Amino acid sequence: MSIQNFLQYLMNGVSLGSLYALIAIGYTLVYGILRLINFAHGDIFMLGTYTAFYMITLLSIPWWISFPLAIIVTALIGFSVDKIAYKPLRNAPRVSALITAIGVSIFLESLGVVVFGGRPKAFSFRALHYPKELYKMVVIGGIRIQMLTFVIIIVTALLLLFLVWLIYRTKVGMAMRALSKDIPTTKLMGINADKIIGLTFALGSALAAAAGIMWAMKYPQIFPYMGIIPGLKAFIAAVFGGIGNVKGAMIGGFLLGMMEILIVGFFPQLAGLRDAFAFILLIVVLLVKPTGIMGEKIQVKV
Amino acid sequence: MNTYKLEKKTKVILNSTAIFIAIILMMWAQNSMSSYGLRILNLIAINAILAVSLNLINGITGIFSLGHIGFMAVGAYTASLLTLSVQQKQQVFFLEPLIWPFNSIQLDFFSATIIGGLVAAFFGLLIAVPALRLRDDYLAIATLGFSEIIRIFANYSVSLTNGALGLKGLPNYTNIWWSFSFLALTTWFIVKLTNSTYGKQLKAIRDDEIAARAMGINVKKLRVIAFVVGSFFAGIAGSLMAHLLTTIDPKMFMFVQPTSVNILVMIVLGGLGSTSGAIIGAIIITFLSEWLRFIEGDMNIFGHVFHGIPGMRMLIFSALMVILMIFYRKGIMGEKEITWDYLYNLIMKFKKKAPVEAKVGEE
Repeated sequence: MSIQNFLQYLMNGVSLGSLYALIAIGYTLVYGILRLINFAHGDIFMLGTYTAFYMITLLSIPWWISFPLAIIVTALIGFSVDKIAYKPLRNAPRVSALITAIGVSIFLESLGVVVFGGRPKAFSFRALHYPKELYKMVVIGGIRIQMLTFVIIIVTALLLLFLVWLIYRTKVGMAMRALSKDIPTTKLMGINADKIIGLTFALGSALAAAAGIMWAMKYPQIFPYMGIIPGLKAFIAAVFGGIGNVKGAMIGGFLLGMMEILIVGFFPQLAGLRDAFAFILLIVVLLVKPTGIMGEKIQVKV
Repeated sequence: MNTYKLEKKTKVILNSTAIFIAIILMMWAQNSMSSYGLRILNLIAINAILAVSLNLINGITGIFSLGHIGFMAVGAYTASLLTLSVQQKQQVFFLEPLIWPFNSIQLDFFSATIIGGLVAAFFGLLIAVPALRLRDDYLAIATLGFSEIIRIFANYSVSLTNGALGLKGLPNYTNIWWSFSFLALTTWFIVKLTNSTYGKQLKAIRDDEIAARAMGINVKKLRVIAFVVGSFFAGIAGSLMAHLLTTIDPKMFMFVQPTSVNILVMIVLGGLGSTSGAIIGAIIITFLSEWLRFIEGDMNIFGHVFHGIPGMRMLIFSALMVILMIFYRKGIMGEKEITWDYLYNLIMKFKKKAPVEAKVGEE
């Protein structure tokens, strides 16, 4: 394999990885605070893209308004999912919360099938009037890169910077970090835990929606089950990086995306097993270092 | 409150009567029910096997496994490859020929099913030894990952599983005799296991692992045993399912498929940790999922034809799952079991209550 090919794959890997990272942060934020795997996160990703799609096709709102608007609407959806399904279970055993999360996930998928129809829809620039310049190829030193790849990387970088600022430089972020350490004590300090948790869900969902829209531009087809595989892989990325750790989720997302593309690039005959790599990686990571590369050690209480 | 216990002799008589009645009922069903009704009965038995075996893993041992459908897939594929005739295999595998030894053997249904179960149990062992080092939701995710890997390999290894096309034209062996006998076997075995010392240790592990370990229970070994037994019966259910539907393909064994989700709903509805609850859950959910088919078909209401909406049943079941968890976490049975003693106590309680209530009325 030439160095050019390698760089080409690497670039594709980074753009895929940045999308994984955006979704993985949603898992990590929620897990960090509630110790709950929000299985429905992948489906919120799906709802985000459908919201953008219908805002443009049904309401004919221009793309540059609908995309941000869809992100806000998805944030509200994430917020209400927490209020309706997860909030009553805050003090329940973890298994109950996990079963609920699986239930919510399948509920949103089936809701997608019932409301939007099971057939895939085209998320193309022709149907949605977003600029087709995004699909132009730029040649840098012999590597051909789509404009879209740059856009994905830049948007992701901006969102991640915003997130880091929010978590480490604002009061809300401080409250989130405090909650992830110890919920009862944080409540005693006068912090409205439910509000912050709701906000966390909204924030994670907004990032998922942003990732969903960019994902749909990259692979221009949307269907109700589209969130499952990216959702699971992003979850794996979050575990890989150390679930509960925001920086870990970013690193895990990028690494997973790059590894996936590179493995398929180096061994094209194994392309059929592409989705299995992520799971194998997950199991290896869980066995070797269950807390991930950036994770803290969990203490089992006696 | 007093609890009543029946004598052993009475229980033997009651058991044999129940078995006798069950056999009569099955003969009646076989002779006079429509093929659709029989199919539902078969599905109930198969789902009950799945639910009872998953309940052993999830409810009794407390290993939250999401990979049950993977073992079902292993059992289904193994048994199907063994029962398909050699000619049929040549027809089905037109993309790539089937590998040895499957291409030249054909077995009877019973041996194939048992072998399917054993292979599933072997996979269960392979997975259990590393995965059971994890706990809680990490374990759930790892088992889900394993079942997805099994499915992806089923899709990929064309010379063994015929890839995405799946296996077609399987002999239609499963009838209610087979499915209910296997259900009886499963239930008998798992009830024996849960009532044994092993079973009590399993429950101890579920309730407090650290305390159980402190009491000298070999936690690791017992969890592996429970997992392997559960996967064995999942494999058997897979074989029964394959020979009922007569066709299998990798898509059937995705985690989001109704089969996988419904099993979880069954054991949650019945009460996690109760074997009889799992069977009740299986009966209710199987009936419900057949009965609710009308939602997905066309309806004629006051002359208006409403077109059915596909996916509606899954919507209802997933909503049920969430509602159960929020409002009815204990399920129908909680952790109780229906036994002869339980029924006897129920009757005695009812008998005792009745005169007391009458007295209150007189005053």
